[in-house]
Amino acid sequence: MRAALFVTCVNDALYPRTGIAVVRLLERLGVEVDFPAAQSCCGQPQYNTGYRRESEPLLRRTAEAFAGYDHVVTPSGSCAAMIREQYPRIGRKAAEEGRGSTLAALADDLVPRVRELTEFLVDVLGVTDVGAYFPHTVTYHPSCHGLRSLGLGDRPRRLLAAVKGLELVELPGAAECCGFGGTFALKNPDVSAAMGADKIRAARATGAEVLCGADNSCLAHLDGTLRRAGEPLRTLHLAEILAATEEEPLR
Amino acid sequence: MTGTDLGMPAFPPFPEAAREAVHDEVLRANLRHATHTIRDKRARAVAELDDWDRLRAAGKAIKDHTLRHLDRYLLQLEAAVTAAGGTVHWAVDADEANRIVTGLVLATGEREVVKVKSMATQETGLNEALEAAGIAAYETDLAELIVQLGHDRPSHILVPAIHRNRGEIRDLFRSEMGRWGRPAPEDLGDDPRELAEAARLHLREKFLRAKVAVSGANFMVAETGTMVVLESEGNGRMCLTLPETLISVVGIEKVVPTFRDLEVFLQTLPRSSTAERMNPYTTMWTGTGTGTGTGEGDGPTAFHLVLLDNGRTDTLADEVGRQALRCIRCSACLNVCPVYERAGGHAYGSVYPGPIGAVLSPQLRGTANPIDATLPYASTLCGACYEVCPVAIDIPEILVHLRERVVQGGPVTREGVRVRIRPAHGHTAERAAMRAARLLLDRPGALRAGERLLSRARRLRPQRLPGPGRAWTDTRALPDVPAESFRDWWARERKAPQK
Amino acid sequence: MSSKDRILSRIRRAASGPDPEVPRDYLRVHAVRTPAERVDLLAAHLTDYRATVHRTDGDGLPELLARLLSRHESVLVPPGLPPYWLSAAGPARIHDRADSTPAALDRVGSVVTGCALAVAETGTIVLDGGPDQGRRRITLIPDHHVCVVRVPGQVVDSVPQALERLDPTRPLTWISGPSATSDIELDRVEGVHGPRVLDVVLLDAQ
Repeated sequence: MRAALFVTCVNDALYPRTGIAVVRLLERLGVEVDFPAAQSCCGQPQYNTGYRRESEPLLRRTAEAFAGYDHVVTPSGSCAAMIREQYPRIGRKAAEEGRGSTLAALADDLVPRVRELTEFLVDVLGVTDVGAYFPHTVTYHPSCHGLRSLGLGDRPRRLLAAVKGLELVELPGAAECCGFGGTFALKNPDVSAAMGADKIRAARATGAEVLCGADNSCLAHLDGTLRRAGEPLRTLHLAEILAATEEEPLR
Repeated sequence: MTGTDLGMPAFPPFPEAAREAVHDEVLRANLRHATHTIRDKRARAVAELDDWDRLRAAGKAIKDHTLRHLDRYLLQLEAAVTAAGGTVHWAVDADEANRIVTGLVLATGEREVVKVKSMATQETGLNEALEAAGIAAYETDLAELIVQLGHDRPSHILVPAIHRNRGEIRDLFRSEMGRWGRPAPEDLGDDPRELAEAARLHLREKFLRAKVAVSGANFMVAETGTMVVLESEGNGRMCLTLPETLISVVGIEKVVPTFRDLEVFLQTLPRSSTAERMNPYTTMWTGTGTGTGTGEGDGPTAFHLVLLDNGRTDTLADEVGRQALRCIRCSACLNVCPVYERAGGHAYGSVYPGPIGAVLSPQLRGTANPIDATLPYASTLCGACYEVCPVAIDIPEILVHLRERVVQGGPVTREGVRVRIRPAHGHTAERAAMRAARLLLDRPGALRAGERLLSRARRLRPQRLPGPGRAWTDTRALPDVPAESFRDWWARERKAPQK
Repeated sequence: MSSKDRILSRIRRAASGPDPEVPRDYLRVHAVRTPAERVDLLAAHLTDYRATVHRTDGDGLPELLARLLSRHESVLVPPGLPPYWLSAAGPARIHDRADSTPAALDRVGSVVTGCALAVAETGTIVLDGGPDQGRRRITLIPDHHVCVVRVPGQVVDSVPQALERLDPTRPLTWISGPSATSDIELDRVEGVHGPRVLDVVLLDAQ
């Protein structure tokens, strides 16, 4: 099977190790991975801040970069939700505003082929035990867009639970937002920080060594808060845990 | 052009107001305790009904269908209410509604009214208008009483005094009740039971002598003219049945076509709101009972219904924003909102706080003033509000839509007129940054160069950023910059030079 | 232009788009129950919200009502209450008259009524001002309400079934437990302005 990796702009620039982990994981599972270099950003920051028209070229770019791939996989629930929920809306609005149906057609073509990593693993590849090894205590924060927009459900936790050596502890109040929210973190820094502090308190209380997530933007907020506070709790993207094996453990 | 007046003075932008609330430890604890309690209860009450999603879809469709034919259903309602002995008035805005009500009260010769909790009359600022006309309006809902005694503002749709804890309420009752009527007992404690008893005794004399009452309504049934009020304490029943004159001020979107339609909302509203299978009391009445004869002699002999627009028709004109008119004021979205929980209701600068307020206020009032221009950003778009909404209002969708209106301007309807508004002030730098980011992101070559520059300068990464970036680094460390980007790793690893 | 015309014309300009069909595929009842199960569920849900539930048959009713009313000196009686219900009760009967003032009703300790129907799934009794229920105020002002439900005939499963059987033009009062408030810290407290004690008598009328 062949799949294109949509690594996302945040992972490309700041968390390449997550992208690398996805490549290693998928290849280990027999998937041939491609990285179309024309990709960049899904346009979510622009769209969610109110600059819909600025997100249109990025819709076009993303759709064209992944044209022809049966499977597009992304290690970000938030970017997957942007494509699945908002691309059709952007296309519809452009058509309503008399700017043609090209964007709508691009969106319609792309949307059914895009899957968040855990969806791809569980639904397309049909695996929950990916042969990973990670001998640590882990708690999982399901980011909002993965949880509520995509409806990932227990897929991430099932994948984690099948990891050899891993002890999964439930995060109290897991469904509550961490307070990142894109430009929310800058526009409403006090509320954002308060939400982050509460999320971290909950994670600390579990006694876990690792706070795992499936969205590096949320983790950047949580990790930044943890490090500023000098907390030893470590954040990790789910893909990095799933990529780790006994032969090649995570450093 | 000014927006619709929701009876509130100017408020600071949301982030400023929220900052104060976030650092108020008592308020944070009060809100956390209350919202978490009700959140879990609601989830259990909803889980009891295995057709919840279908009830939600039906509620949504009933409201959408009604809004599509709102003119027809309002006329049908008017005819039915009139046939049952009531009188229907139409108010374009808050001032007109207040004028109508004030005139009706004055005409009775009375100088005091008892009030059932009503969002519509809070929205119009009716109490202040009545006071200016020399009429005393007594709020009879316990939480509204707490707010009124404290000269405070409501901070929650269902529980306007949610920001107060039992100790604060006891102190308020002790110091203030005597000024309005029967004082609180000297030795009043802070047990909610004792506090409720003090309110019972304080308000009893007012109920028994009241000649005029003012209410809102949860639903109005077009085919029969039946009004519906859901409540818990019995203050609603007191106001709706004992006085001689009853005046109900109701938003035009509260109409439903048929009596049967209530079968949906009477299941979804109590469970969403107070997390009960059914609220203690629901009163349904049709006019004064004359005409049909069935209710004659039971309840008020004069009934006036004031139908309120006040920005609702303008909201209806917006294809995305109009879904906010489906709202049945249950407040489930407030109770699950992580931003509301920390910012508190007052930060929203409106009688409608929380997620629904963040989409209603900027539509009813416009986005011209600082609070309304910042409300659409008072959310992380986490979607918890949409998930619990019993009429499936996609609040995140409306928020993003209103953000666009704030930063880009565009067509809106104001007082029935289609106008094009200009972008709000203060977004010039942001607009430029968004555009620059897009230009960079739309050119992978430039993006790669930028990433390499960042990587090369990674050791220079500061601990704190200046300007807008401070909002990040005040409480968070910046992420480490990697030695190479993913795309460079890929190119190197796969030995496939990038174009 | 009148305000009415202005609002209607604004609506006509504003309303647009699709007109959805209302899906009515939600459940009419949430479980299939025997009459006895339905009555048991009603009792359980009434009890959940702090109503006190009693069961009796026609022979035991006068004794039961006499006991429930024994703490009060007077009891309000709706015009059409079956006389035998109170045949053993001690308190003075007060009859509601058109000119009975709220203050006068406030001096009465208790009220006994029948009902229009009861809803098992929500633990609700509904009054419609029928002859054995009287005006709405008589079940509001006294601090103690005894409501007699004829079972199983007056018990429906669900809210949709209840609405089918009710006449919307009558003044309707839906009662689910004694008055309550959650206004202090969202903590539920029973007993505010309405009757603080609600006794529901399930009268076996088979």
